[in-house]
Formats: sequence, structure tokens, C-alpha cells
Amino acid sequence: MSQLVYLVPLLPLAGFLINGLLRKSLSKQAVSIIGCGVILIAFLISLGLFFQVKANGPIIQTYFNFIDIKGLNIPFSFQVDALSVLFMLIITGVGFLIHVYSTSYMHEESTPHFARYFSFLNLFVFSMLLLVMGGNYLILFLGWEGVGLCSYLLIGYWFKNTDYNYAAKKAFIMNRIGDVGFLLGIFWLVAKLGTLTYGNVFAAAGNLSAVDVTGITILLFIGATGKSAQIPLYTWLPDAMAGPTPVSALIHAATMVTAGVYMIARSNILYSMSAVTENVIAIIGIATVLLAATIAIKQNDIKKVLAYSTVSQLGYMFLGLGVGAYNGAVFHVMTHAFFKALLFLGAGSVIHAMGNEQDIRKMGGLRKYMPVTHITFLLGCLAISGIPPFSGFFSKDEILAAAYAKNPVLWVLGVAGAALTAFYMFRLYATTFLGSFRGTHDQEHHLHESPGAITLPLIALAILSLIGGWIGIPAVMIPDANAFHHFLQPVITTEAIAEMPHATEWLLMAVSVAVAVIAILIALGKFTKRPELNEPQGLGGFLAHKWYIDELYDAVIVNPLNALAGFFKNIIEKSGIDGIVNGVGRFILYSSRQVRLVQSGQVGSYILFMVLAIIVLVLIWINDGYIYTYLSKIF
Amino acid sequence: MPIQYYIYLSLALFCIGIAGVLTRRNAIIIFMSVELMLNAVNLLLVAFSKMHHAVATAVDKVNNVGTDGQIFVFFVMVVAAAEVSVGLAIIVMMYRNAHSVDVNFLNRLKN
Repeated sequence: MSQLVYLVPLLPLAGFLINGLLRKSLSKQAVSIIGCGVILIAFLISLGLFFQVKANGPIIQTYFNFIDIKGLNIPFSFQVDALSVLFMLIITGVGFLIHVYSTSYMHEESTPHFARYFSFLNLFVFSMLLLVMGGNYLILFLGWEGVGLCSYLLIGYWFKNTDYNYAAKKAFIMNRIGDVGFLLGIFWLVAKLGTLTYGNVFAAAGNLSAVDVTGITILLFIGATGKSAQIPLYTWLPDAMAGPTPVSALIHAATMVTAGVYMIARSNILYSMSAVTENVIAIIGIATVLLAATIAIKQNDIKKVLAYSTVSQLGYMFLGLGVGAYNGAVFHVMTHAFFKALLFLGAGSVIHAMGNEQDIRKMGGLRKYMPVTHITFLLGCLAISGIPPFSGFFSKDEILAAAYAKNPVLWVLGVAGAALTAFYMFRLYATTFLGSFRGTHDQEHHLHESPGAITLPLIALAILSLIGGWIGIPAVMIPDANAFHHFLQPVITTEAIAEMPHATEWLLMAVSVAVAVIAILIALGKFTKRPELNEPQGLGGFLAHKWYIDELYDAVIVNPLNALAGFFKNIIEKSGIDGIVNGVGRFILYSSRQVRLVQSGQVGSYILFMVLAIIVLVLIWINDGYIYTYLSKIF
Repeated sequence: MPIQYYIYLSLALFCIGIAGVLTRRNAIIIFMSVELMLNAVNLLLVAFSKMHHAVATAVDKVNNVGTDGQIFVFFVMVVAAAEVSVGLAIIVMMYRNAHSVDVNFLNRLKN
């Protein structure tokens, strides 16, 4: 099995090349089979690798020397251990379901664009696999950049729409800002340790000074804030909803945004050495939870609500990382991948049925038209709200318990975030699926349940959202039932969470569930009959405008930069540099027009010039001594 | 007779030639002025050569020592004669075409 490791990323790459290069000649059917097939095979191999890793421990495969210079040797190697095989399963498993879903969702695209879409999707899966399978930080960085590129390509998939292109550029630039921090962190590691291979770095981590560790981890975390949409670099993710809905599900919910969590969980040995960094991560995480959750309450675009919910849930993961609950964070990555992919795909199904309508104010009462989508969406909402026994409950509870052990204030804020989560999810659910239909007659006429290629992934993900959490049942419920912790033991060696009495733990769970249930009941009672159809005022308007963060960034960073660029363009470039260049040209033109007059065709004037020149030359010849001394005085 | 007189005469002739070339438009007069300059140079050559011969015979008792300049003058004359014949032929052709020997009519190639 371990000989097949390289096939896992290679197959999606092959799918990308085939679909991308032959997009004009392949039929849609062939593209679908290739696009989904390579991911399915990669998933099956990952499954085999999972069992092998479970039985025999990590597999490290080194293929060739990627960089081999004096003092630095970086091999091209894959490291398949508990953490990466888990991510591989999520990426290829959820990825496969989304590929299948896409074959139906994107069916109205013309064939070359259909193939282009699938080739990008495959390239994304390839990059993401490279990211999680790489045996050192450089391979991780290659995948890291690759997913950024694919994100750009897929957000801007409908490239004829200028707004979508701006959204794509925004995502790319925001990611690049984070990547600079990440790259600096890597350079710092190379400078101090001379190696990037995980095993060597973690073994030598003890030699690093406190400043080095804090600097490196903070810089790597800056990269994670870009990729995983944390404050202050999160604004690209809601705009990334410009891409097709399955893309939002795959990239901006289930996989790419979890890259930051993966990277920090992978580097848990480094992060646990710096208390400063851990506190920074925890604070950024909880701030992101609350900021995004409050924004989500007032959004009316079905995908925007889910986008802010993604940002908020990523905040939970970072809160977990910050308080040392690495297992909990990775667990939440997994459950979140299930239910968020489910919610996005469900939203896609709704958007599809509504004829590309995304405004929930124009929906309502979809329950009776789309039973499968409705039930699966409801399950997803329950999972994300943290209602037992759905998967979200277990992962969120683990993070919240760890937060309580670290600092009860974090727990209170986290529970408040969970209440907001339950509230906005059921606001979305009630407005979309309950009540009466508020769209046009035309739309009502066309309402229908989506075809099998869409509903089957929904059902699969709904089942996973329901049972996915059961592998991580906390010890307080059933002792020694937490297979998840046990599996990740070899990688996450630094998890240190203070033990607390069982009664406290039960109480924490009861409080968070009770708060979520109350929030759900309020939301259902409030929005089923009387959904918010008007533009929100006051505080609501402030939230609906996303705290004016985009406007703030525009005012503080974008506009000054534009003004500076305008200054350089209009003043320095146009008058300065262009002025010099054009001035030289104009001077040559003018002077040549004047000098041209000398060439009059009058033989007499030619001879006159000749004689004058001879006289001058003779004078110079006679006086050359004086001229020489004169010139030598000047120069 | 001191060499300066020859130089002054020759310089005067040369300047008259230049002035003639610069100021006159009649091609034949320009030609004559050119000849005047040539002859100014010839005169100088002969004068220097004579002076040089007088000095050189004091050192070397050969008859024709230091007379290169005088011989060179013959070459100048030959070349000048050839030049005149070509030049006059051009002037004849010019007169046939333009019915004038004014050099300012020679700018027809312009534009």
C-alpha cells in the first residue's frame, strides 16, 4: 500500500491535465467520469493508507532531492501519518461527493467550460493533497500556494462578470498577504535549524530560543489567518461566494480554509512552546467567532450566511488551537467539513431550484417542494448548532471544554458564539424552508426537488453529519471511547488540557446545549411567520453592513494605496518619466527641424561651413596646448 | 629674399581664392578661384623647396637634394589640368541643361 502513496496526489493531477488539455474534445460524460473517477480512486487508496497507518504507524516516502545546496537539503517527500491521512480522507471523500454533485449542478455550462471547471477542481484537490501529504514545510507551502491559485481560478470561474473577478483578486491578494508571513516563518526556520522536514524540525525545536519560537509561530499563524479566514484577513471568504456553489462547499468550507488549522496542528510542538502565540491565536479565534456570527445574523444572501458561519466556525477551530485542544480543532475540522459541505450543497440545491435566486427573503416554504434538501439541510443546521447527538456537538463541546479549562471567559464567549450560531442558522432555515413561498409565480412553478446526483451527496453528507461525531465521544460520557484522540496520539503529542470534575463537564455541556436550544426556539418562533423582509436599521444595519470592515479596509488601506498609486501614475509617471521621455523626443524633433535648414542645397553655404570648420580646426591645432591645460583644470 | 614674403603672397592668393569661391556664383569664376588657391599652394611648395635645397646642399653635395617640393608641384599642375578639363566639361553640360553657369541652379537634386 505504501508504494501507492504518490498516486493519491498524482491522480487528481492527471485528471486536471486530461480535462484541462482535452476540454475541447471530451464530452461532458467523459469529463465527469474522469473528474470524479480520479478522486474516487484517490479516496480508495487513502482509505487503504488509513488502515495501514492505523495498524503500522506513519509512512514516510522520499522520492528525490527537491533542493540540495550547501547547508540546506529539502527532499521531495510525503509523510502519511494519522493527521495527514485524516485530512486526505476528508479531502478526497468530501471532495468526491462534491465532484458528483457538480456533474449535475454545472450541467448547464458549455462543454469546454464544464471541463475547465472539473480540471480546476481536480487541480485544487491535487494542491490540497500536496499540502497535507508533504513531508516538510516547503511541500506544504507548494500546496498552500496551489490552493490559493485554484481558489482564484474557481472564484473567478464566471470570468465575464467583473464583480466576480474582483472577488477572485481579493481572495488571491488577501491570501498572498498571509503567505508573505508564512514564507518569512519558513525562512526563519531554515535560518535557525537548517531543515524543514517535520521530524527534524520538531526534534530540534528545543534548541530554539523563546523569541525564535514566538516569531516563527506568529509568522506561520499570519499565513494561517490568510488561508483560514481569520481576523484581520477574513474578508475575502464572504466575497468568495462569487464562485459556483460546489466550489464554495469544497474550497471555502470543507478543505482549503482548514489548511491553517492543519498547519498549526501539524506544528503543535512548536506552538505549544510559545504561550504568547497560543494566547494570540485564542483571542483572534474567539474574536473571529463573535464578529462573523454577529454579521451572519443579518445577512440575506443564503450563501453569505453560510460564508460568515464558516468564518465563525474556523474561529472555533483556532480557539481550540489557541487553548491547546489540537485534537478538538482537528475534530471540528472534520465534522465541519461534513456539515458545512452539506449546508452549502443544500443551499446550492435551493439556488438551483429557485433559478439562481440567492436572496432568502424571496424564498420561504420550500419544505414541501424539496423534501430531501429540506431534511438534509435541517440535519446540517442541527449539527452546526451543536445539538447532540449530531457531530457538531462533540467537536464544539471538546473545544469549549478546553477553553473553560484555560479561561472561563473564553468559554462564556464561545457559548455566546454557539448561541448566535444556532440563532442565525435557524433564522436561515426558517426563512428558507418554513412559512409561505414569497417568490414569483414563475419560480413557484419551476420549484422541484433536485436530481439524484445532487440529493445523493446530500444524503451521504447528512449521514456523516449525524454520525461523524461519534468517533470522538468525550471520556465523561463513555470512558475510552474517544477513538479520535487515540488515533491522533502519535502526531499531537502536546495536548495538555487540565482535567476537570465530571460534574463540571456535564454542566458545561448542558449549558451550551440549553443555550443553543433556546436560540433555536427563538429563531424559529421569530422568523417562521414573520421573516425579516425590510432593510435592517440601527444596530441591525451596522451588522448587515458587516461592521463596515470592508469600508474600513477601503478607507485605511485600499484608498490610500490607490491615491498613492494615482499620484505615482499621474504626477511621477505622466509628468515626470513620460515628460522626460517625450521631452527628449520633442527636443530631437525640434532640433532636427532646425539643423535640417543647414542642408540648404546651396553649394556656397557648404563651402562656407567647410572653410569655417577648417579655420576652427586650425585655431584648435595652434592652441592645443592652452586648450589642454584649460580642460585639465576643469576636469 | 626672406621666405616671409613668399608666405605672405601665397597667403594673400589663397585668401583671394577662398573669397572668390565663397562669394561668386559663376561656376567659371569659382573654378578660377580654385586654381588660384592651387597655385598659391604651388608657390609655397616651390619657395620652401628652394629654401630647403639651399640648406641641404651644405650638408650633402648631391645636385638635386631637397627638391622634392618642386617636383611635387608638377604633379599638382598635372592633376589640376585634368581636373580643369573634367570641370569645364561639367560646366559645359550644365550650361546646356540650365542655360546658365550659376552654381545656385545646381540645387535641383534637392527635394
